[in-house]
Amino acid sequence: MPSFIRPALAGAALLAATITPASSHDYKAGPLVLNHPWSRATPGSARVAAGYLKITNTGAQPDRLLGGTSPLAVRVEVHEMSTADGVMRMRPLDAGLEIKPGETVELKPGAIHLMFEQIVEPFRAKNRVPATLTFERAGPVEVLFNVEPIGASPPAGGHEGAAHDTPGRAP
Amino acid sequence: MRPLRVVQFTLWGAAAVGLVGLGLALSGALPIAGSGQRVVTTTTAGAPQIGGSFRLTSHAGAVVTDRDLKGKPFGVFFGFTHCPEVCPTTLFELTERMKELGPLADKITFAFVTVDPERDTREVLAEYMQAFDPRILALTGTPDEVAAVAKAYKASYRKVPTEGGGYTMDHTAIVYLMDKDGRFTSSIDYHENKDTQLTKLRRVVAGAGT
Repeated sequence: MPSFIRPALAGAALLAATITPASSHDYKAGPLVLNHPWSRATPGSARVAAGYLKITNTGAQPDRLLGGTSPLAVRVEVHEMSTADGVMRMRPLDAGLEIKPGETVELKPGAIHLMFEQIVEPFRAKNRVPATLTFERAGPVEVLFNVEPIGASPPAGGHEGAAHDTPGRAP
Repeated sequence: MRPLRVVQFTLWGAAAVGLVGLGLALSGALPIAGSGQRVVTTTTAGAPQIGGSFRLTSHAGAVVTDRDLKGKPFGVFFGFTHCPEVCPTTLFELTERMKELGPLADKITFAFVTVDPERDTREVLAEYMQAFDPRILALTGTPDEVAAVAKAYKASYRKVPTEGGGYTMDHTAIVYLMDKDGRFTSSIDYHENKDTQLTKLRRVVAGAGT
């Protein structure tokens, strides 16, 4: 069942920590490795934000990311974005996102992402946003999302096809 | 036929197919919200009929029509502020491209038209746009005014209910690049890299006949 690797961080994050990890940050929950949750700053009146991370399943059983909660949002859902014929579509993944044994799934801009809905305050660059991600098998996992500037690119290894010229600020 | 001509013909053919394809893609299967009708464009020659007259209100409170934008090339982009990614990223990219264009950026106007006038009031847009280049206009209007401009640009948008009684919007997410007479010239796609975007912007600015 759930194992919290970094307890007490969520509380600290509410103080909007100004020190962010030098590079990526990882969390473990049973056989799951959650790599570098990150988000982007939001314009002033925006009421939504997106969250991204990589999830690796080192176990023998499949698991599912079902969604989550955050003190900074009314709801956190798993959404899929797609673009066809120039039209952007977004849909909740009602059954969640499966992570098969041995597989790494990347939530990234332009694709599957976490949707923070009805955020209670803007996400500001350099802050960290606490959230609890819910997995079908691994249960709830507390993580911190590093907030990068608007338009920031995914961390090295990510591919977005846009805004490559603006690397995320690494303090 | 000399090889060069073959290349030219091939390119023009590809361009024609591309334009027709874009026209169909933008109009064919895309219901315009509120009307339920489908717009069918039959392109016989030249570019599809994209663009036309509109009347909207800017985030600064001014009435803005197509006539106000004409005289300089302009870019039109449809979106909404409850958009987690494409819309802020596109506005951010336009802001960056304007920096890179330097003084040339004053020779083109960008307009961000909300497809969600219900939530995107002038006040909401005014706060939202503080994160971007102040020269970019954000435009809203009545549902009918928004439907009219989307129809003119063959842009689609659709309200999609979400859990908890909310909704999100599907919408055309390209930046339409129009010449100074309001004619469609090309478009910028969200997935395009910076250099491609800059090349297209410089081309439409150069066509301004300064």
